[in-house]
Amino acid sequence: MEILVYGVVNSLTLALMALGFTLVYGISRLPNFAHGALYIIAGFAVWVGLNTLGLNYVISALLALVIMGLIGAAMYQSVLIRVRGMATSEIIASYAIGLAILEFLRWLGFKGMTYTLPTFKEGFVLILGVPVDMQRIFIIIIGALVFILLWAFTHYTKIGLALRGMAQDERAAMMLGIDSDRMAIVAMALGSILAGLAAFVLLPLGNIAVEAGYNVLILAIAVCIVGGLGSWVGALLASFLIGFLQILTWVYIASHFQIVVALLAIVVTLIFKPSGIFGRQKEFEERV
Amino acid sequence: MEREEHYRHERLDRGIKVRTEGIYAVSSWVEMSYLLVPRLFLILGLLALPLLMPTAYWQRVISIVCIYALLAVGFDLLAHFVGLVSLGGGFFVGVGGYLAAIMNVYLGVPLALTVPIATLAGGIICTLLLLPCLPLRGVYFAIATLMYPLIFTRLIEALDIFGGTDGIVGVSSWPNPWIERYLIIVIVILALFAIRRLVNEDFGLLMRGVKDNDQAVKASGISITSVKAVAVFITSLMGCFGGAYLVHIYMWSGLSQFALDFSIIPIAATVIGGGGTLVGPVLGTFILVPLSEILREFGTLRIVFYCVILVIFIVFKSEGIMVYAERKYHQFQQWVKV
Repeated sequence: MEILVYGVVNSLTLALMALGFTLVYGISRLPNFAHGALYIIAGFAVWVGLNTLGLNYVISALLALVIMGLIGAAMYQSVLIRVRGMATSEIIASYAIGLAILEFLRWLGFKGMTYTLPTFKEGFVLILGVPVDMQRIFIIIIGALVFILLWAFTHYTKIGLALRGMAQDERAAMMLGIDSDRMAIVAMALGSILAGLAAFVLLPLGNIAVEAGYNVLILAIAVCIVGGLGSWVGALLASFLIGFLQILTWVYIASHFQIVVALLAIVVTLIFKPSGIFGRQKEFEERV
Repeated sequence: MEREEHYRHERLDRGIKVRTEGIYAVSSWVEMSYLLVPRLFLILGLLALPLLMPTAYWQRVISIVCIYALLAVGFDLLAHFVGLVSLGGGFFVGVGGYLAAIMNVYLGVPLALTVPIATLAGGIICTLLLLPCLPLRGVYFAIATLMYPLIFTRLIEALDIFGGTDGIVGVSSWPNPWIERYLIIVIVILALFAIRRLVNEDFGLLMRGVKDNDQAVKASGISITSVKAVAVFITSLMGCFGGAYLVHIYMWSGLSQFALDFSIIPIAATVIGGGGTLVGPVLGTFILVPLSEILREFGTLRIVFYCVILVIFIVFKSEGIMVYAERKYHQFQQWVKV
């Protein structure tokens, strides 16, 4: 029972982490290696809002999300737009930006256990006889909510439909009058906001530390690769697969093998089926 | 209304260039020296560097620079001649370093044997481990190579093998400081000129073919994977040599040999120096690494510093210093009226 409940929680955690990454890649084919850095920046922003500015929790969270959107848009507009389509430069540029942000935060002292966010609400509830604390309940609720809202957004709003159009075929979308650069900015901003949201929900369980940023990047990549880069449904299913695998290793082997599971999942998937378990077959794009 | 006069740059090659890059017709000492001086400057400059450095500390820095230079040349070879972007330079260094340390400390093999064996064995091991990833392209290969050093770090941590997080201590040091200083410089020069020769041979043509149009190479009945494997083998040889050499300098082998530094600095150096020139990355490391030594007191802020330089170069001057300099050196340029 514990495995089931914590597996679901862990899976949704992974899904939240990976959502921003898979969204940006799915829409603009841009591997955003700065994803982990954006996640930590969001945590940092919420922390500043709470402790330095003395704002309400909800207000500082909303403020942080707005800032995340702006940072994402600025990152795309100032740097990534210039290297778009050049795979090597895209990877190096976004990786360098992420590294710069993370190492800058490390220099400011965001490591170890110094900085934490408070949990939303203390206490726990029993689910199927297993005690689960309130923060994890919030993760489940917010995770589900985000997926439903995102689904509605991409199916029923004009911008959402344009984003989906671009994800399916960029040239055809451009012919129909969708400005691909503007949509890519929107996608990047949305991806950053989702990274921020994940940070805001998940960070109260841990510390705002630079190492967490690197781990989030690895886990996000793991989920996206296993699920198939750019496939949203695949990412959700893959996060359940990896989530349960991690909990199983945690229970039956040892807790510090969890990240090894994610890393091995990436490499094994890449070797045997690079388009991912649930990805669409596009063999020629990724391997020869 | 007066018409505005338009000018454009006219660029002319110097008269000694024949048909293509790298083939020259020289008929006088002036023309020969025109070709020889930059090459001699590079070789003699590198050889003179340890003598010019004031302190042992800076001589050590030169050795470290040379390790990065080997990695950067390897990255350049993979990225700009074969089309494989490897984000895992630390993997090669780590494998080479750990092999040398294990042989030296656990098995008692002397230094004269550990370095060559670690280089060769490390090259073979790295190539075999990367072999399944070789059919991957672009971002997929980059992600896979980014994960390799991380997997090894976490495995060593989790299984607590090879000294765990403390690393392996007590590796023997180089017997003579001058051997230590000059071996790596000679290796850098040899590697540089050997690879330069290689990419101008038929095999180089094949590598470029794999980069530009792998389907066409495949259609010609040539195995792409074996071409890629050879390139990866050359790169991992250089990386593993760097690792083994580094372990014997520090007399210690640890998880930091798989670290990000060995992955990001060669990439930054290649972008700054000019990708596809092979000399450019070496130049880039000789700019970046000493700079980061000067900035050592800023701690991790120096990583921020060269990431920013990297982004600026990628956005505004993606050709790099060396391509620019070569163009200025080989061509006359003047304004002509349109």
